[in-house]
Amino acid sequence: MPLTPAELEILGLSFKVALASALASLPLALGLAFVLARLEFPGKMLLDGLVHLPLVLPPVVIGYLLLVALGRNAPLGAFLADHLGIVFAFRWTGAALASALMGLPLAVRAMRQAVEAVDRRLEAAAATLGAPPLAVFASVTLPLVMPGVLNGMLLAFARSLGEFGATITFVSNIPGETQTLPLAIYSLTQVPGGDAPAMRLCVLAILLSLAALMVSELLLRRARRRAQGA
Amino acid sequence: MKLEVAIGAQLGAFALDAQFAAEGGVTALFGRSGSGKTSVLNAIAGLLRPARGRIALDGEPLFDAQARVDLPAHRRRIGYVFQEGRLLPHLSVRQNLLYGRRFAGRSGEGELERVVSLLGLGALLERRSQDLSGGEKQRVAIGRALLAEPRLLLMDEPLAALDAPRKSEILYYVERLRDELGVPIVYVSHALDEVVRLADTLVVMSEGRVLESGAVGETMARMELRPFLGRFEGGAVIEARVAEHDLDMGLARLEFAGGTLYAPDVDALVGERLRVRIRARDVSLALARPESISMLNVLAGKVAALGEPSGASVDVQLDVAGTALIARVTRKSAAALRLAPGLPVYALIKSVAIDRHSVGWA
Repeated sequence: MPLTPAELEILGLSFKVALASALASLPLALGLAFVLARLEFPGKMLLDGLVHLPLVLPPVVIGYLLLVALGRNAPLGAFLADHLGIVFAFRWTGAALASALMGLPLAVRAMRQAVEAVDRRLEAAAATLGAPPLAVFASVTLPLVMPGVLNGMLLAFARSLGEFGATITFVSNIPGETQTLPLAIYSLTQVPGGDAPAMRLCVLAILLSLAALMVSELLLRRARRRAQGA
Repeated sequence: MKLEVAIGAQLGAFALDAQFAAEGGVTALFGRSGSGKTSVLNAIAGLLRPARGRIALDGEPLFDAQARVDLPAHRRRIGYVFQEGRLLPHLSVRQNLLYGRRFAGRSGEGELERVVSLLGLGALLERRSQDLSGGEKQRVAIGRALLAEPRLLLMDEPLAALDAPRKSEILYYVERLRDELGVPIVYVSHALDEVVRLADTLVVMSEGRVLESGAVGETMARMELRPFLGRFEGGAVIEARVAEHDLDMGLARLEFAGGTLYAPDVDALVGERLRVRIRARDVSLALARPESISMLNVLAGKVAALGEPSGASVDVQLDVAGTALIARVTRKSAAALRLAPGLPVYALIKSVAIDRHSVGWA
């Protein structure tokens, strides 16, 4: 049974938001992964806790705080809108930002494990072959953590496809702009006769999530093989 | 090549305080595991920063605590062959070999071909590094270090993880590096037969300190007189030249400064120079030249010094026309023969005690 144009729009928007949030969180997540895996500093536990907060905090809290900080009337939101032309409130970019925050802990965890798994003796070996630190990072460390980076992005992507609470609180439920798959299902369950189309979307959501998890597992296996090969 | 090392560091509960100098050829750092050999290599490579002291190569300081010099590892141009190979797992053998080339500012397949043929890597080039056997990994690691054009090559027990046939294969390649390329090598080992086969200079370490260092023959002779090294499979090392092969009897006649030595199973050609290790426990002493005896090697010399007695035995250092030899005899015999410095004696050595592991190319 082919997808209807409305369903395709919902799916396309969900993918766009998920992709944008995964890409946007990549630099921050990778940076945090390196900091947490390799540096010792006072306050590390606090930073670790902050990164993990979205896992346990009610999503509506994140959404509300975003609204307070980045709404059109909030100082920061107004500044971004007036000077940089960036608007998050009630836009798909806001949905991407909300789900990026929600997915950050998953991405950081996956990448941090990959960074911790890198045998630092390989980096030392590269240095004795004349490679300066940046070249060691680019030619040894990064290729070795790459499966973990992809895995982290995939988890963030999958988390974004399922994000509901923070999104609806921050950017509301606007068809064609911020109405991603979970929000569309929610809307359909609120109207009479919405059960059948809601179920179609549920099946879609299950298939997508399953596919993402399976690809993630494949990446993990590949990473493990690579790490053992050393 | 001139390497000067004088460093100190506190590594947890372990105190490192090492001083030695080496010039060209192969320098062996010898000692039990945990004696600080690898820490010294890491300090030379720039992977470990000593607390004090100085490391210089050809007069150029690599590390100097007082002058605040600490050249980073990637600018030292010192190759390092690790115990476990440490090939980059995401790269092919060829990519591993060429890894250091771009940083050395060199390219060209000519050098690659030379190293590939020297180490017999031709069939491995397109393989993934994790699909190699232990011996193959070590050969690639050696080639990779060489292709980065190092001024000095460090090797940390490169044979430790290998079985006996692989060991002799890699040893053969290390000998070729020394003889054909003339790369100065600092070689860490706790296996005496490797040291004897390879080293020109010997540095003996124990508990973070250098006990003895110098030319391999003299150092081993001095080391023998130090009982705390325990039941050390030691002895003297002499340099000799193959004078003649007796093919019927399977014996080679070797000439050295102190006389003639018959040894079995020598596969060197007439005229080639060899290094022969003679274990102290294989040397007996007599006051008069014995007649009608099976031992082929009877060398005239005199007692140079007596070591500390250890249990029932005592090591006697001999001077055989300028060549140092060690004999391990019982204290009972030493008393009966009234061994004392200056006493003329004959050293008796069974030829069959000199086996393949005792002989290496000089």
